[in-house]
Amino acid sequence: MRKTSSSLLPNTIRRRIAKGLMALPAAILLSSIGMSASAADVNTTGLAVTDDTVTVGILHSLTGTMAISETGAQEAEKLAISQINAMGGILGRQIKIIQEDGASDWPTFAEKGRKLLVQDKVAAVFGAYTSASRKAVLPVFEKENGLLYYPTFYEGLEQSKNVIYAGQEATQQILSGLDWAAKEKEAKTFYLIGSDYLWPRTAMKIARKHIENELGGTVVGEDYKPLGNTQFGSVINKIRLKKPDVIYAAVVGGSNVAWFKQLKAAGITSKKQTLMTISVTEDDVLGIGGENLEGFYSVMKYFQSQDNPNNKAFVTAFKEMWGEDSVIGDGTQAAYLGPWLWKAAVERAGSFDIDKVVAESEKGDIELTTAPEGYVKLHQNHHLWSKTRVGEWGKDGQATVVYTSELIEPNPFPAGYQ
Amino acid sequence: MSFVYDKIMGGKKGLTGLIILATLILIIFPLLLDSFRLNLVGKYLTYAFAAVSLVLLWGHGGILSLGQGIFFGLGGYAMAMFLKLEASSPENTTIQSTPGIPDFMDWNQLTELPWFWEPFSSLTFTVLAVLIIPAAFAYIIGSAMFKRRVGGVYFAIITQVIAVILTVLIVGQQGVTGGINGITDLRTLHGWDITSDSAKTILYFINCGLLLTVILASRFILTSKFGRILLAVRDKEDRVRFSGYDVANFKIFIFCFAAMISAIGGAMFTLQVGFMSPSFVGIVPSIEMVIFAAVGGRMSLIGAVYGTLLINFGKTAFSESFPEMWLFLVGGLFIAVVMLFPNGLAGLWNDHGHHITKKFAFIAKIFSKSAPQIFEKKVEDAR
Amino acid sequence: MDAYTSSELISIFAMQGFSGISLFSVLLLMALGLAIIFGQMGVINMAHGEFMTVGAYTTYFMATLTETYLPSFMPYYFVFAIIMAFIVAGILGYLVEFAFIRHLYKRPLDTLLATWGLSLIMQQSFRSLFGAREVSPTLPEWLLGSYQPTETIYIPINGMFVLGLTTVITIGTYYLMFKSRWGLRVRATTQNRAMSGAVGINTKKVDRYTFALGCGIAGIAGAAFTTIASTGPTTGTLYIVDTFMVVVFGGAMSLFGTIASAFSIAQTQSILEFFISGSMAKVYTLFALVLILMFKPEGLFASKVRR
Repeated sequence: MRKTSSSLLPNTIRRRIAKGLMALPAAILLSSIGMSASAADVNTTGLAVTDDTVTVGILHSLTGTMAISETGAQEAEKLAISQINAMGGILGRQIKIIQEDGASDWPTFAEKGRKLLVQDKVAAVFGAYTSASRKAVLPVFEKENGLLYYPTFYEGLEQSKNVIYAGQEATQQILSGLDWAAKEKEAKTFYLIGSDYLWPRTAMKIARKHIENELGGTVVGEDYKPLGNTQFGSVINKIRLKKPDVIYAAVVGGSNVAWFKQLKAAGITSKKQTLMTISVTEDDVLGIGGENLEGFYSVMKYFQSQDNPNNKAFVTAFKEMWGEDSVIGDGTQAAYLGPWLWKAAVERAGSFDIDKVVAESEKGDIELTTAPEGYVKLHQNHHLWSKTRVGEWGKDGQATVVYTSELIEPNPFPAGYQ
Repeated sequence: MSFVYDKIMGGKKGLTGLIILATLILIIFPLLLDSFRLNLVGKYLTYAFAAVSLVLLWGHGGILSLGQGIFFGLGGYAMAMFLKLEASSPENTTIQSTPGIPDFMDWNQLTELPWFWEPFSSLTFTVLAVLIIPAAFAYIIGSAMFKRRVGGVYFAIITQVIAVILTVLIVGQQGVTGGINGITDLRTLHGWDITSDSAKTILYFINCGLLLTVILASRFILTSKFGRILLAVRDKEDRVRFSGYDVANFKIFIFCFAAMISAIGGAMFTLQVGFMSPSFVGIVPSIEMVIFAAVGGRMSLIGAVYGTLLINFGKTAFSESFPEMWLFLVGGLFIAVVMLFPNGLAGLWNDHGHHITKKFAFIAKIFSKSAPQIFEKKVEDAR
Repeated sequence: MDAYTSSELISIFAMQGFSGISLFSVLLLMALGLAIIFGQMGVINMAHGEFMTVGAYTTYFMATLTETYLPSFMPYYFVFAIIMAFIVAGILGYLVEFAFIRHLYKRPLDTLLATWGLSLIMQQSFRSLFGAREVSPTLPEWLLGSYQPTETIYIPINGMFVLGLTTVITIGTYYLMFKSRWGLRVRATTQNRAMSGAVGINTKKVDRYTFALGCGIAGIAGAAFTTIASTGPTTGTLYIVDTFMVVVFGGAMSLFGTIASAFSIAQTQSILEFFISGSMAKVYTLFALVLILMFKPEGLFASKVRR
């Protein structure tokens, strides 16, 4: 089903706003130029752009194991798009959405990605979530010259012309969090544990190098469990034997719930043990339960509880659209940035052409001052400058930010960490 | 000549069925579908190899393997390893800390190519590996199982466990296998860009040719004496054994042959889709392959192809419109096929084909002979 | 491993022993329902994992209900939730047997396909009813935390709870299957359906209740697992292979075999996990199982199985 975006505002009001914005002389100069431009001018490569609409794709898993995590991301993307539409759209064109289901299955992601680019000729795609799904669609986007806005923190080691990475790459997320632990918690010994796939392994590789080379600490144990594993008894015993200052965890998905429940059952709580995780967002807390996490730390670039006007507006709008019970995690917020980053680049390029939009993005000076996480800037290397935050979980499933880093430069190919 | 006609083409009925299928996939699809959809059909047809192998194994041999994904995957991985090595030339991988090895190895701190990757730089070796490794693996499993008279449900579950082991192994040993991401970003075959539209079309036709060849070879096996003994083993294993046959060897042979067919499908999949991942090795794809065969009619080689196409077209069409409905529909279809149409599409045609014949006399002239035929009938007639 | 005092090592040894036993009780509880359905009736129920999920969602539903309407009842609701899980999964199993399993007793491989279809339908129903996100019920306080017999030994209470529950269910099943009149009928029906019918056993009724009982126990297992892991629409698929392995490895017709098999699998895996980091422990365990099954295809404790 081709779900077209339903804007929050009725059409007439939307048009009035659009007109009102046109009247603003300077700021909206570019978009008013766009409005007068015909479809042929802003689109020389045959994308799905008409005189008053532009079509984009959303490609997330609505079914399967990943649907849990990707629901928030696609909700945020739809919210951003409806807000942009209410402001008059992009270059005077309303954004239409074609949504496809990746079904938590990497080949399906590739198939649907190709469909969006080849058949639907979408101007941009917001989607993919796991590294595996990104790796599966990447050759398709490079071959068909599409544009993908990828919303999650990930392992780095990648920089494609056709992808804008709205989440943090591994060094951004990891280094400053470890520095904080070493400084504030005087941590010397670390136990690393993760799910067994590329992201945790790469993350732990970086963490280990940083701990051993920069912080002068030691890694006393390193463990990986198969995805979906629910038995952590032996690992917990090993941890107890090694008595690390900090447990550093990157367990994902359903395993995560079992991991924290069993930690608590084994008597390992924040009273006696510092635990820092890079894989728990507000979304995950719903399943884990705040009582199992209380006092533990997450390292993320965004927390729902962040206190700034941008975030307040974002949280309110999100809840209005998707229900009062919605929670917003790091990936959801990053997904929300996607359409805005695209809008900024398109308006500067004055065109929907992929090459022109990418060229603008690569100038490295596109900023979003309205980002819920605060200020972000797009780097030449397609990643975002962002701040890393350490949040302490409370029983209510919300985190208190206890540390905010400086703005960190993205470095997907970190020298000395490979 | 009559040998070829009777044994391989399957007589008049078999031949017309084959011609209709060939016309459909070689002429009608390429004419009607754009290159994107044609590539999709090509992908589905690679699953048809596995479905055909299950017709041999399950329909005729009574051996339900829930592990055809193992062989599909082995074939696919063998091909992917070759393509990946070609894609990882030192010039293409200069940004890595160790140029010249596949990217995922570099991410996992490997500094040289593991020994078992080395021979895959040769295409000849790879093609042989696609055919022989899965068959050899099937031989090991088969002889261990069938010599000890493990069959039926136990065999099904053990093959399933092997599929799980292999998946966990591939995911866990990501340094040498690519892990859960699989082996991605495959672009060229001896310098030939396999991602271009023209290459995809050529691969589609190669795929169809191979599929038809496999069907012919399978027919030959089934119409031979071997095929009849196989059927007898399925129905009354003990009697065949008491007649002096070594039942296990028949089962092992057909299991190896089925493994080889599935592996060809896997290799063609890698070529057409451009990557291979552990999600084709596990339980879910293996059971889906059984469903393709079941929907087509578990006795019919050609039916298996139609079954595969029908389910996959349905999956794509429905998941584009109602992803939620799709699981209900496919779940219901499984139950319906088992409860109401145990002979699948082929059975439906055989039961109701003649009614249609009466109603549409003209169309029937062309089609009634061409329906996917059930082999059981033929064998019964012959005896 | 230097610099550890002997008391520390003993504590670790004890706790490691318990985590093996805890895994054992989990595997056994999962396998019991299937041991009845597959072992006694010969039905390959691929939807067994989904019946567990039914139990888990029932518990979640009960927890939400109690939290909203009867907060003071929270410490006790879990016991009722387990009973409800048994009833709900059992009734569902009864209906499923009536709807189609009963037509397929002569075609065991076909039940496999049909129940796989059923599992897909059930998964989608969970998703439509409870959403795609994973949920976990709020557990009563007494189930959380750990018991500390000495300064350094921590025994998880939820592990002990599952162990106790498993013991009760196992003994109950044993009595029901091997000591009661009804169990006699079930076993008679499995061994010779025609003969059992001839001596006046209502075999259809026996089948239906046996299937319902197996599903009900799966429901209990699901309810118990909410204490250690979360529940999502596809949770069942995580358990199904392990469950089948335990039953097949133990020898399908033998309850004692199921217990022994769950014990050996759990201990092997738990010990391997302690010494090997990474996911290879699982591979080695499964690999060892397949190897043993190749030499002893009928499982550890095979009684004479008719094929």
